[in-house]
Amino acid sequence: MANAVANPVLQLAGIRKSYGSGETESEILHGIDLRLERGEFAALIGPSGSGKSTLLNLIGLLDRPSGGQLFIDGEETGRLDDTGLTRLRGRRIGFVFQHHNLIPAFTAEENVAMPLLVAQGRPDTGMFVKAGKLLDQVGLADRKKYLANRLSGGQQQRVAIARALAMSPSLVLADEPTGNLDTHSADDVFALMREVNVQLKTTFLIVTHDPRLAHRCDRIIELIDGTIVADQPYPP
Amino acid sequence: MQPWMPFEWIAAVRFLREGRMQSVLIIVGVGVGVAVIVFMSALLSGLQSNLIKRTLSSQAHIVLLPSEESARPQVANEHTALLLQKQAQRLRSIDQWQQLRDHLQTWPEISAVSPVASGPAFAVRGEANKSITLLGIVPERYDQIISLSERMTAGELRVGAGETVIGIELAKDLGATVGDKLRVATAAGASETLTITGLFDLGNKGVNARNVYVGLRTAQTLLDLVGGVSNIDLALYDLNLAETLALRIAGETGLTADSWIKTNAQFVTALTSQSVSSNVIRFFIGLSVAFGIASVLVVSVIQRSKEIGILRAMGATQAQMLRIFLLQGGIVGFFGSLLGSALAWSFLLLWQLMARNPDGTPLFVIGVEPGLVAIAAGGASVVGIISALLPARRAAKLDPVEAIRG
Ligand SMILES: Nc1ncnc2c1ncn2[C@@H]1O[C@H](COP(=O)(O)OP(=O)(O)OP(=O)(O)O)[C@@H](O)[C@H]1O
Ligand SMILES: [Mg+2]
Repeated sequence: MANAVANPVLQLAGIRKSYGSGETESEILHGIDLRLERGEFAALIGPSGSGKSTLLNLIGLLDRPSGGQLFIDGEETGRLDDTGLTRLRGRRIGFVFQHHNLIPAFTAEENVAMPLLVAQGRPDTGMFVKAGKLLDQVGLADRKKYLANRLSGGQQQRVAIARALAMSPSLVLADEPTGNLDTHSADDVFALMREVNVQLKTTFLIVTHDPRLAHRCDRIIELIDGTIVADQPYPP
Repeated sequence: MQPWMPFEWIAAVRFLREGRMQSVLIIVGVGVGVAVIVFMSALLSGLQSNLIKRTLSSQAHIVLLPSEESARPQVANEHTALLLQKQAQRLRSIDQWQQLRDHLQTWPEISAVSPVASGPAFAVRGEANKSITLLGIVPERYDQIISLSERMTAGELRVGAGETVIGIELAKDLGATVGDKLRVATAAGASETLTITGLFDLGNKGVNARNVYVGLRTAQTLLDLVGGVSNIDLALYDLNLAETLALRIAGETGLTADSWIKTNAQFVTALTSQSVSSNVIRFFIGLSVAFGIASVLVVSVIQRSKEIGILRAMGATQAQMLRIFLLQGGIVGFFGSLLGSALAWSFLLLWQLMARNPDGTPLFVIGVEPGLVAIAAGGASVVGIISALLPARRAAKLDPVEAIRG
């Protein structure tokens, strides 16, 4: 792709999402336009029920929009089938969810290597070297061999961030990644994401209810009742 | 994580290991089902081959007779004992039986060929007079069909001129024993006095009371069959081929060829229906094993929906999720079948200790053949995979959004 550099990491054009059909149909997102460039660190805020998670799931290719177009790294996603979406998602997008991010049957290291394993089909030493480095980066080098459910909530979120970075994605989507953490751990996890963003130029879109954390982002997008009502750099 | 293991295998094994109690219980469940199937199969095949062996201990696998006039096999046993009474007419010989004997001997399916001159006669000793079947044999050949020499209870299998070997039942009826004289007479008036050289017990009362063995030449003279034989007995390497082979021989030679399968039709039908009913039982055990595996996996898919959603978010395809759960079914089936085979093997050992003849020897010998274990393992793995189809599809089709929201 000759224009790869010019393409935004994410571009939404008139994205709509409805649930139900006929009488019970209700539209949750009403034509969202949004562009995220490489290296951006953006917060998505808004009241409960405004459609933040719904939007994030669409961007993450976990769900399909009812209307509009969605581009990841310039690639239009509307015509991809489930396998195509899954592949693209695996390669380009990292996820950090609010809680229970990890697979308890696997160790921290294995959880981090999981996206690589899923993509390659078979384990190799390379992926564990990479997982080790990432765990090092998130400050959990000594927890590599711990089973996921033996880690604290903050540690689990750090592992989840390391895992989200395993495939060197262009975009990391985080849905209330610190929602379950105490203030101190939340600060740590947030700082970690910021660090990765600065170092690797990875784009982040972070849903948060915490204004304090939103104010540590470069851009704040506010969603109310399925419409973007504000989208500004921060500080303004 | 073994480097050679594909992702799906790793995930399937980890999920099963993590689900400890659930996995152990279902493997034991599968094991019990497999054990019953293996035990039943081994027991039944042991029982049936034993019954067949007993039935064939006094019968040839195929008997060739002159065609038409429906001369019946002269070998009496519990199924055919009364059929020969009517034949007062002159016995007919098989044409060119020597060539036929040598020709059949070259067939790869046939293990032994024994010409026999047989017909009805009377055994007379003092006041006693018994109706018998006189069989003129070549002992070395006949012994390969029915192992008479192993069944001798007194004397030896020797049928030279003027010698005869009779069953223990007839000996009792006549009050005779080895060394005694016996007169054999036919309806046509021929008669000869013979010395008893041995007594046999073929395990069948009718046969023991009726069969009187003499040399081929003696029988030919007495039955007015000089140079001829009334039937040719055949033994096969594979008993199950008897009927097919009988048809082939009949077609080729124009003789009547009666296989043991046809002669013992009722017995064979009984065995077949026994097999059918055991297959039905096996099928239903297999079915309940399958339902057991399926229900455990359905629960596991529900329990793991969050993890499935996360794996999907990380790029795992529907096909990968499908395989993870199919494999779990297969693995459960495989290990269940190994456990089941081990259980069945112990049952069989125990059974052989308990089920014994009055003299303490095992009733019959059965064992778990490696082939049966391989079939059980393969079969159970396949059943496991099939039963996992539904839950695995469910896992694959799970909406990741719903799953992650949990
Ligand atoms: N599968 C669905 N079917 C019907 N309605 C849905 C479905 N998923 C979400 N909704 C509705 O869409 C709206 C937006 O939900 P969403 O989860 O995106 O909100 P949110 O902004 O993430 O809220 P919160 O801050 O509480 O997480 C809600 O009114 C919700 O009830
Ligand atoms: Mg939400």
